[in-house]
Amino acid sequence: MGKLLRFILAAVFMLSLSVTSFAFELSKPLCLAPAKPGGGFDLTCRLVSNSLLASKLIDKPMMVNFMPGGVGAVAYNHVIGQRPDDAEMIVAVSTGSALNISQGKFGKFTEDDVRWLAALGADYGAIIVRADAKWNTLGELIEDLKKNPKGYVLGSGGSIGSQDWFKAALIAKEAGVNPKDMRYVAFEGGGEALAALLGGHIQIYPGDIAEFSGQYDSGKYKVLAVLSEERLPGKFSNIPTAKEQGYDVVWTTWRGYYMGPKVTDEQYNYWVDLLNRLVKTDEFKKEREARGLYPFTKIGKEFDDFVKKDVKRFKELAKEAGLIK
Amino acid sequence: MEVLSLLYNGFTVALTAMNLGLALLGALLGTLFGALPGLGPINGVALLLPIAYTIGLPPESSLILLAGIYYGAEYGGRISSILLNVPGDAGAVFTTLEGFPLSQKGLGGPALALSGLSSFIGSTLAVVGLTFFGPLMSKFAISFGPPEYFVLMVFAFSTITVLMGKRPVKSLISVVIGLILAVVGVDSTTGVLRYTFNEPELYDGFEFLTVVVGFFAVSEVLLMLEHYNSDTFHLPKIERVYISLKEFLMCKWAILRSAVIGFVIGVLPGTGASIASAVSYTLEKKLSDKEGTFGNGDYRGLAAPESANNASAGGALVPMLTLGIPGSGTTAVLLGALMLYNINPGPMLFTEQPKLVWGLIASMYIGNIMLLVINLPLVKVFTKILQIPYWILVPSVVVLAFVGVYSVNLSTYSLMIAIILGVLGYILRKLNYSMAPIILGFVLGEIMEDNLRRALSMSGGEFGIFFEGRINIVLWILVAAMLFMPIIIKIIKKKYFKS
Repeated sequence: MGKLLRFILAAVFMLSLSVTSFAFELSKPLCLAPAKPGGGFDLTCRLVSNSLLASKLIDKPMMVNFMPGGVGAVAYNHVIGQRPDDAEMIVAVSTGSALNISQGKFGKFTEDDVRWLAALGADYGAIIVRADAKWNTLGELIEDLKKNPKGYVLGSGGSIGSQDWFKAALIAKEAGVNPKDMRYVAFEGGGEALAALLGGHIQIYPGDIAEFSGQYDSGKYKVLAVLSEERLPGKFSNIPTAKEQGYDVVWTTWRGYYMGPKVTDEQYNYWVDLLNRLVKTDEFKKEREARGLYPFTKIGKEFDDFVKKDVKRFKELAKEAGLIK
Repeated sequence: MEVLSLLYNGFTVALTAMNLGLALLGALLGTLFGALPGLGPINGVALLLPIAYTIGLPPESSLILLAGIYYGAEYGGRISSILLNVPGDAGAVFTTLEGFPLSQKGLGGPALALSGLSSFIGSTLAVVGLTFFGPLMSKFAISFGPPEYFVLMVFAFSTITVLMGKRPVKSLISVVIGLILAVVGVDSTTGVLRYTFNEPELYDGFEFLTVVVGFFAVSEVLLMLEHYNSDTFHLPKIERVYISLKEFLMCKWAILRSAVIGFVIGVLPGTGASIASAVSYTLEKKLSDKEGTFGNGDYRGLAAPESANNASAGGALVPMLTLGIPGSGTTAVLLGALMLYNINPGPMLFTEQPKLVWGLIASMYIGNIMLLVINLPLVKVFTKILQIPYWILVPSVVVLAFVGVYSVNLSTYSLMIAIILGVLGYILRKLNYSMAPIILGFVLGEIMEDNLRRALSMSGGEFGIFFEGRINIVLWILVAAMLFMPIIIKIIKKKYFKS
């Protein structure tokens, strides 16, 4: 009697196991944007949630939730600590988050504590000056900086150690200026920095090109270089890259997603497969363009390797600049 | 006239059905928040802001609603001041001085009518001021760089300390508490974490709304609980709400003078309705009180502070919309509203967000007319609201406040912080510290520190940058004037009393 009961229980247990592991389906897909609505992380989540639904790859809409705090630090700790095995949820992430991880600003956790899922788009750095500035090429600006490192003020929307600061630091390095000696002013967001540029309080604004797109048409500014590998398509196609002007400065602001550390391989692969199918659809391409993002697709292991390499690179950059020991 | 065509465009925004409805709702809620003793414009705006944001109102609509609450509260504050001798909000303290004696003499109706009209005139003149002064100021504002902002903040703090009323030391301590709270979080220049104790929730510092709700709503509720059993108010009977033309004309100079004073004080960063009404009442008393009727129910003494506190609300919007710095405690909350929408308040606002700026200004003309109607023929309805029992009022405020804090931050952590700050605020208020300087310290302190460090990184550490340029020189002269003002006033007083 006891044996039979045990057998039945075991059978039921095995069956239930096989059922759960067999059919991983999304029932309540969720994208967590680790910021307030309206910012870059919101945009990252909308990109995937809108295009997944539009391309009919999911039949129920994917929710977007918000968890602001420390450029993603709060969400990072929340996911690892409280929802490590939630396979329904992906979390938006960007170059800025990777930078902060590399400088130890995400609490006790590192880049090895989550599962990196994919990057689906990117924006590129740009060196922006006022329309009436005396420089017309990046070369002229860098020559001037060489001659007079303290004569010009760079300003942007992030603190020391942020992406905007790194763009400035890379330009300074090209001019042979130690980033520590560079005159850099940290504003609250790109808008403030642009106003300061217009007011003549700063002279050089290292920003992002797509984000700047709306201001580009005003005619009040000029872009000396984009920091992409190759020239960008569309209305920025006449702006030369830094590379073709002879300066090896590339800055990619990628936008992607990660998942909790205890998500199984099978669940992870389900998402990898889903996103691989997504990026081929027209709906996705349309959505990516509407969000002002350039193609930048790395899914699954490729992305995982990429993030870890990026974090390593950022650590070296930060060490070089004296930000970490 | 470029301004008029911009204003016309603003009216096309403000006159849409939704925005008209929101202006009316703001006016009604504002009058209500103003009328209820203890709840003022800051509470009203702080409670409604997260709701407006969560239901997805576009920024201009949300600002129309919130600003409506702001200037509406300046109207509503007079009702309980006149009828009950309990100021509805801080800006209405001076309204009690003449308003209550009038209502005791059976002249409550004329008092409500006159103060309503004064509010309307003060408020409308201030909107006219904002319409023409705002764009001028915003053209000028682009030349404000980090050093100018820093010196402007020095000026703001000097006005707070000088004008902050009877207890300057306690006001100073309040400001410092605000400054301390502002330091928490990622340092905006170096990215270093300050006082975060490895709590990621603290990386972004204290959320503005959490601090406001804690210090204002939670502490207010705790205070309300104390007089839970107090008797219901005995309202004097109001026959008709009217004022004779003769009596109104007697006050015309008081109203106009006070509107100008209110507007100017409103424009000054950090000073709001309470200071505007104090200054205008004191001045009116000096100028007009020849027969010693002030204090026993003088119409001019009633009209002056009401005109001034309404005008200050319009004035306070000038630095908020052009420089991105709050002219008063309530505009500090409104500023928080813009930031929630990722809108950068600052010199670019007038050119980048014309729909928002001019829609708001246009809505204020409309809102004031609505408020005049609400506050003259319909004022009796609001006198009834004064009798809402506390057992309904207190829980409603708590629920609204907490839903608000949670919906913006989506974390229970901020609720905990709001409660802790609320208890702290309660203790401080029992010790006669005022809350507004804390909020101003919290907001202005951050602007001040950021710009100090920006300016120094521009100059490479040279302090000389703060004394370069015409704007800075003018600002330093103003700072000096503010600091020496009490001494000058004392000297003048001495001469005045001798002669």
